[in-house]
Amino acid sequence: MAEREETEKKKEAESFSIWDLPDVPQKLPPHIEFQRTRVQCNLDAPIHTENVMYSGAYASMGVDNSLQLDHFCNNFRVEVIRLTKDDMEFDLIGIDAAIANAFRRILIAELPTMAIEKVLIANNTSVIQDEVLAHRLGLIPIIVDPRLFEYMSENDTSNEKNTIVFKLHVLCERGGPRLTVKTNELKWLPNGSELPLETKPDSNPSSKPRTYTSFSSSQDLLPEFSNNPIRPMLDITIARLGPGQEIELEAHAVKGIGKTHAKWSPVATAWYRMLPEIVLLEDVEDEDAEKLVKTCPVNVFDIEDIGSGKKRATVAQPRACTLCRECLRCGEEWEKRVSIRRVKDHFICKYVMLIIN
Amino acid sequence: MEHGAFGDQSNATFSLTEEDHTLANAVRFTLNQDPRVTFCGYSIPHPSDARVNIRVQTTGDPAREVLKDSCQELMLMCRHVRSTFAKAVDDFRTSEKVQAMKIDSKE
Repeated sequence: MAEREETEKKKEAESFSIWDLPDVPQKLPPHIEFQRTRVQCNLDAPIHTENVMYSGAYASMGVDNSLQLDHFCNNFRVEVIRLTKDDMEFDLIGIDAAIANAFRRILIAELPTMAIEKVLIANNTSVIQDEVLAHRLGLIPIIVDPRLFEYMSENDTSNEKNTIVFKLHVLCERGGPRLTVKTNELKWLPNGSELPLETKPDSNPSSKPRTYTSFSSSQDLLPEFSNNPIRPMLDITIARLGPGQEIELEAHAVKGIGKTHAKWSPVATAWYRMLPEIVLLEDVEDEDAEKLVKTCPVNVFDIEDIGSGKKRATVAQPRACTLCRECLRCGEEWEKRVSIRRVKDHFICKYVMLIIN
Repeated sequence: MEHGAFGDQSNATFSLTEEDHTLANAVRFTLNQDPRVTFCGYSIPHPSDARVNIRVQTTGDPAREVLKDSCQELMLMCRHVRSTFAKAVDDFRTSEKVQAMKIDSKE
């Protein structure tokens, strides 16, 4: 009997845990949670900017800071704000800066596109030098899905799977006005290059002359291109010709990534910022409210009437805040009234793309 | 390539070629969150060399396994991000179409 009582007491002692007491907090105290998730932007500099990632950081409080994959999967959200032909703006919520930055870097440097690499110039009597013209042609975006093509290395021959050939032949008539050469003049050649390679005179004269590319079939037989010819982005000026000047060239486009040369980068610009959060720590009324609304250049604050003629300032558009800190600069007491913060795991991403993807 | 004391498997430096901050920072983030890790960091010995050194020190588990597990977790996270993003873009496009249709029907 005594033994059974003892074992029961032991079991009770083992199953009792200090964390089960009602007044012990299970999560982090609010000020530490604030330090972990918000960057406080003061008038002189931001504080708490580091990301507390170490798994044992809060071990003394019994809170586990390690990465739980299912926790991440449950809390992660994407909200698309805008999606047009040229650019897109969306929010990534619940992710860390390291991964958001990795996505941005990959988007700029490691996504393949097609761009003009080799330019075979037959005739150029314009004022634009050959190499400058070739450089400009390389920067023109080509509207085609790069996944349909393969990479070409130096030893490969150009064939229809790794090259796109364009031709440009413009002549400005004597006695006519000056001519602006735009990318609309670049014609796609689905059968490959038309410039013949120099062949030895004793080769078979009746065979087709070898050109700079060896296309075994025409590219416009592929279903993607049959109704939808490959073209560069239109209305970009390549050169200007005076009377009597002529440009005749062939341009070969290949697949590449932005790391090798920026002409292969699919985005014009890619940036992200943290979501701003503005909190009014005290009630700001009447004249102070009007002053606050006037100082903000992007109209973050707004006035609401709370009856009996009194006005109060509220935060209307916190997302527009550009961190100019004008609202903190009005006077000394404003630092205590307005708190500008950034949310560490909510990123507003904006990508301006060159090609419709 | 792994450089480290061959007697002690729990501390090692991994040298990855053809990599830069893109991968190294993301791997360092997932490594840090792993409770078996006591220290982790990365450095780029010279910016012209495409080489990254990742240092991992663990509480006893072989460093190689811990690095592999973190890379696996990073892969799963990215996969989840990709599917969530694709779904969000689809939802946005259908909601735009629905709005456009509603405007047409009102007229």
